[in-house]
Amino acid sequence: MIVEIGHYALTLALALALVQAIVPLWGTLRGDEGLASVGQSCALGQFAAIALAFGALAQAHLASDFSVLNVAENSHSAAPAIYKFSGVWGNHEGSMLLWVLILAFFGALVAGLGRGLPLILRANVLAVQGFISAAFLAFILLTSNPFARLSPAPFEGRDLNPVLQDLGLAIHPPLLYLGYVGFSIVFSFAAAALIEGRIDAAWARFVRPFALVAWCFLTLGIAMGSYWAYYTLGWGGFWFWDPVENASLMPWLAGTAFVHSVAVMEKRDALKVWTIFLAILAFSFSLLGTFLVRSGVLTSVHAFASDPSRGVFILAILALFIGGALALFAWRAPMLKRGGLFAPISREGALVLNNLLLTTTCAGVLIGTLYPLALEQLTGEKITVGAPFFNMTCGVLLLILCLVVPFGQSLAWKRGDLLGVAQRLSLAAAVGLCLAVALFAMLRGGPVLAPIAAGLAVYIILGSLSEIAARVWRRGAPIGVLLSRALGLPLSAWGSALAHIGVGVTLLGLAATAFGAETIASMHVGEAQSVGPYQVVLSSIAARPGPNYSEVVATADIRWGGAVVTTVEPAKRFFAARQMSTTQAGIATLWFGQLYISIGDQTGNGIIAARLYWKPLVTFIWLGACLMALGGALSLADRRLRIGAPAPARTASPPVAAAR
Amino acid sequence: MTRKGRRLTLIGVALAIVAFAAGLALYALSDSIVFFYGPSEVLQKNIAPGTRLRIGGLVKAGSLVKSEEQKAAFTITDNANNVAVTYQGLLPDLFREGQGVIAEGVLEAPGRFRADSVLAKHDERYMPREVVDALKKQGRWQEGESKP
Repeated sequence: MIVEIGHYALTLALALALVQAIVPLWGTLRGDEGLASVGQSCALGQFAAIALAFGALAQAHLASDFSVLNVAENSHSAAPAIYKFSGVWGNHEGSMLLWVLILAFFGALVAGLGRGLPLILRANVLAVQGFISAAFLAFILLTSNPFARLSPAPFEGRDLNPVLQDLGLAIHPPLLYLGYVGFSIVFSFAAAALIEGRIDAAWARFVRPFALVAWCFLTLGIAMGSYWAYYTLGWGGFWFWDPVENASLMPWLAGTAFVHSVAVMEKRDALKVWTIFLAILAFSFSLLGTFLVRSGVLTSVHAFASDPSRGVFILAILALFIGGALALFAWRAPMLKRGGLFAPISREGALVLNNLLLTTTCAGVLIGTLYPLALEQLTGEKITVGAPFFNMTCGVLLLILCLVVPFGQSLAWKRGDLLGVAQRLSLAAAVGLCLAVALFAMLRGGPVLAPIAAGLAVYIILGSLSEIAARVWRRGAPIGVLLSRALGLPLSAWGSALAHIGVGVTLLGLAATAFGAETIASMHVGEAQSVGPYQVVLSSIAARPGPNYSEVVATADIRWGGAVVTTVEPAKRFFAARQMSTTQAGIATLWFGQLYISIGDQTGNGIIAARLYWKPLVTFIWLGACLMALGGALSLADRRLRIGAPAPARTASPPVAAAR
Repeated sequence: MTRKGRRLTLIGVALAIVAFAAGLALYALSDSIVFFYGPSEVLQKNIAPGTRLRIGGLVKAGSLVKSEEQKAAFTITDNANNVAVTYQGLLPDLFREGQGVIAEGVLEAPGRFRADSVLAKHDERYMPREVVDALKKQGRWQEGESKP
């Protein structure tokens, strides 16, 4: 019964989405305020209905109702409750439901919080959001119904894919979807601005918080996915340039560009048309990602079991929204008023350069992802475009971008003093250069990119710090004054500095991979094996039962010069329901590096095959991403950026503005 | 600087970056792509030893030999032709005889391949699409045999 209510609620949500898509638009065209504001109640109602549907499916999973096909195929009565719950979105149908739930959530956010928005803008935003919702709800109901029943119901489910029985599944998709789908709001704002034919700095102020929220979540989602892959796949890789990873990287790159260009638009009323274009681009890449994952055109670790009809449907949605938005853009964009002027050497200029590099990188990722597909269609040749291609193109472009980052932060708006900024950054640059040269000498003949990346990382971190220092420091001022000056800096200044430090930290982690160590060995109980600066001693191999699996656990002590530092327990799990096994890596975090051990088969009594890695500073890769997201969140907390804040408050900020 | 001058600067910089990126991409594409073949294609195409390739097919039943130092030798087959593969390292969890597999590495001699990575997919219902295609090309694939 609950399942049928869920199905009904989903259908109701489709009806509400259609009303939300059409009525407000009609209202704004006719100038009827009553019709134009219908969208708000529709958006809230639609969110409630989808939440009900999601709740119904979750209930079916938690109660192990195997008469529902989706539950029978992806759940098991013996699974722990957390995996029963995260199993709701561990499959195509359920994850689509989560997708529209988040879509409706953002719609409801605009409806509920956007009181300060102009009536017409809000009506149009909700209308576009309604269109997107309606398309995806129709997709779910017509091709991927999660509430389909199964008769006769089996006694036991087929269990969730063991690889997905992990905390990562509970965290990674919701974060990623909050980011992916969050850009739908940005898209809706852009489309609404084009429909209305009006765009100004106020528009930028309204859309920036949404863009920042989406960007923060996407950053965290990608980082979480990367860490999950790192610890679960058993060979310590954290990024594979897999098409589906690329599909999440592209909206991130476009979104990062957008977050920067919208700042220019808010402050200086410039780059309007470009910002609108980026907004369309970011969500288009989100849609492209959805298509690549769910249509089965690509082979990938992420690919869901494919069904051609779904692929065609999503392709139609993709063509409709991207094509529609770009057509609207081509028609309306020339009518938008031109924005403010700026000299090439200025913060605006630097941000334009940032945008150019980010979008070009994005294009590089796109080419590397789609080229093999195109080639296969045209010639039948199958090729892979892997890490070497992406390092060569995107890696190089992003490193150039890193060179520009501290300049962008330090240059003044409108017209900047390049020489002055260069002087201020000279210390950071010198330290970075020295580090790069030293590492280069150490690695002689090794990878070239690693020392360069390490040097740039240090340069970005120091450059960002020096920007804050320059704004706070006054010669001869007592500590108390400096402290109050620091606290008086707008949160967005701290936010951008922190986010850029995060970029540096991630880059440092990536560079450090070149300094790791790796061994593959047959380990005997009691025998020591050295990896990097540590020794690993296998102390026992034992079998252990789990709730819905059985595992072989190797216990290993990690020693540093004779003393035991810590103990890890890499394991191999066997899941009877699917006749599958998974590798649980044993990971010890030592300072910021990690010792990573994964085991293979037992080759004899007391002998086990193992891979051992020493990965210095590897946690920096994900910590840096967390810092980026934290920086975004800080900017978001800035008073001037609150949704609907009428005007920036001048009174609250101490003499910083004057000092600039 | 006039509005026009500024715009020209901007367009100039944009073109320079795009041209640079295009150059990088073309260079990287000519240098770092890896072709995928089935065992029959490897033999037919007379590929020069030393070429980097990805080979996909089924692991021949009874062909897997594991030895000391984590060395493994097995045969990839499309039921018409075989390629002997050597690999040092841990084989993936889902590596089984009779199942689909993709190996990436260097062709040492015709029919002899040294792999540095071996992929088997995560789901038992799933066979790499490239392997399915390679088998279909040889007419060794029956629909319904296993869901791709």
